[in-house]
Amino acid sequence: MQDKKSSKSFIASYKNITKSKGFSAFTAALLAIALGLIFGFIVMLVAQPGSAIRGFERVLMGGFRRVGDVFYFATPIMMTGLAVGFAFKMGLFNIGASGQYTMGMFFALYVGFMWDVPASIHWIVAILAGFVGGMIWGAIPGVFKALLNVNEVITSIMFNYIGMFFVDMWIQGNSTMYASTTTRTHYLPKQVQIPSLGIQGSNVNLGIIFAILVGIALYIVLQKTTFGYELKATGFNKTAADYAGMKGKRNIILTMVIAGGLAGLGGAFAILAPSAITGSSMTYEPINIIAANGFNGIAVALLGNAHPIGIIFSSVFISHIQRGGTLASLVGFKPEIIDVVIAVIIYFSAFAMIMNAGLARFVKNLREKRHSKVAESKSIADEDAAKNTKEAK
Amino acid sequence: MDTFYYLIQSMLPVAIPLLLVALGGMFSERSGVINIGLEGIMLFGAFFGALYVYNVQGTNMGPQTILLTGMIVAAVAGFVYSLLLSFAAVTMKANQTITGTSINMLIPALVLLFSKMFFNSDGITTNVRFFIREVPGLSDIPVLGPLFFTRTYITVYIGLFLLVVSTIIFYKTRFGLRLRACGEHPQAADSVGINVYFMRYAGVSLSGILGGIGGFFYSIGVMDGNVNGNTGVAGFGFLALAVMIFGQWKPLRIFFAALFFAFLRTLAYSVALIPFLNNLGIDQTYYKMLPYVATMVVLAFTSSKSRAPKAEGIPYDKSQR
Repeated sequence: MQDKKSSKSFIASYKNITKSKGFSAFTAALLAIALGLIFGFIVMLVAQPGSAIRGFERVLMGGFRRVGDVFYFATPIMMTGLAVGFAFKMGLFNIGASGQYTMGMFFALYVGFMWDVPASIHWIVAILAGFVGGMIWGAIPGVFKALLNVNEVITSIMFNYIGMFFVDMWIQGNSTMYASTTTRTHYLPKQVQIPSLGIQGSNVNLGIIFAILVGIALYIVLQKTTFGYELKATGFNKTAADYAGMKGKRNIILTMVIAGGLAGLGGAFAILAPSAITGSSMTYEPINIIAANGFNGIAVALLGNAHPIGIIFSSVFISHIQRGGTLASLVGFKPEIIDVVIAVIIYFSAFAMIMNAGLARFVKNLREKRHSKVAESKSIADEDAAKNTKEAK
Repeated sequence: MDTFYYLIQSMLPVAIPLLLVALGGMFSERSGVINIGLEGIMLFGAFFGALYVYNVQGTNMGPQTILLTGMIVAAVAGFVYSLLLSFAAVTMKANQTITGTSINMLIPALVLLFSKMFFNSDGITTNVRFFIREVPGLSDIPVLGPLFFTRTYITVYIGLFLLVVSTIIFYKTRFGLRLRACGEHPQAADSVGINVYFMRYAGVSLSGILGGIGGFFYSIGVMDGNVNGNTGVAGFGFLALAVMIFGQWKPLRIFFAALFFAFLRTLAYSVALIPFLNNLGIDQTYYKMLPYVATMVVLAFTSSKSRAPKAEGIPYDKSQR
């Protein structure tokens, strides 16, 4: 008896899970990932049929051999993913995470090289500076959107370029930061580097822990605070939220400031990381190219369905296949194969929910047909039985 | 005066890609589909155009013939690539901005991948000289001769021709009227028997064709016939979107907006040649930022009374009112 009850409730909860929004988002993400990987495999087959299978195996499994690196490279895209996803909850498409990331990186570098801060807290100050830099660059599209009604997509794209030009100019014009012989920035002093987690052969550092904590904090903000509620309400229906007395303009600017700050933190985490060579750190090369991590953040956010916890996992996944892509170059492929896969994943995740719903409807229809057939035969049997009883009477 | 001639001569080949791509964006948005993917479509067209040029450059075809045939290749490539957007945005009713973004991200990666694997470089380098030193006969006309018929590309004339054709299609044909109706009020258009899905496919496809040609013309007029996966088309697709908004989704205004942006960009890259600006001693980078900053200033002033198509960005669903 007890068993039956628990199994029933288990079935009920199972049904609840499959019907919930989160689950369908999860299956939609899986569908998009599968299609992206299949497309990537086809591209590999076209490019180099001989080693396609070996290369694909590395893309899929390669990351497991370098878990530390997976987490290390997941840190910046987790932050840019959170930046994109957080704004997305409000109905804003923050394509400017690249510019905010670059700006945050520059602020962190500047504090790292130029400020005289007690050694024990220098790296913390540098991280905070990155946060501020990103916030400034995120505020601009917010202000343009809220006060001047300029589409945030165009603004943030333009400010990606403007920010990149500014940062490259500032860095090249500063001989403390820029080594013209290597055309890169100098190594940061040890005291500004984020403490390493000490995993052999990997650069993974405290940044990943901070990034995950930030993700959890965002989840709490979105679920438990008035601001989070207003933000989501505006995302669902802007007019209704305005009608309910929520300050739309203020919320737009605030959302973009926070989103920018998150991306800026990503830039700080990326540049303040210690590198594999002892004593050295990551460096930046100003060559007028927009940071790719910002765009990968879009993929991360979409895969995670703009949910902070989902983004934590999707960033690790994207980082995993990126590591795999680097390893695939050992058998003759180029790491760009992963950018192809990521772009295809974004393409499909734009309508994966719809495809998923279509698939579910198809399965449901099939089931209903079967059910109705069973029901029909049952009703015929009932009628026969009724007839029989009548005749017997 | 020579500086002025020089500026106009180098401005026009820059203005034409902007003009064509912005016109493409106009067709797409007036049919109701936001086309953020223009940047990717341009690069796709440019890549296939350059691939074609690379393969025929040894033969005895004249450079202008190569250009014209290459243009067709680029147009077809752009058309095919734009089908990805129209399928997602029209048939699957997906978010148009996200789809456009993915289209932008896919192409640089593919170009880099294949160029690195097959050419061992970041792009394709061609060595056909499309440049026209002077158009025989016409270059001797005073003022106009040096302005429009000296040191130029044939792309300029094709671009202006396409502007005229686009304007006629847009305003003087039944097709153009129907296309515009679908961007303003698709339900009304549907109620009088216009196939909204078809018109939106047509709008996006036109933007693909014009975007592909624009990309190829960019690689000819700005990059000397080369294509590079790292720099791509340097944000020209996005600038074209700004040109389109500045031009209020109208062909002739788009033309003037394109000239304005192209002038700024040309100015930015020829500071060293203009003694007055060079003497100011401002860092070159500021000039490079100029087109992007100008975009923002222009948008800040025009967006509050923007005349964007009413139904743009909203997937059309027959069952909705």
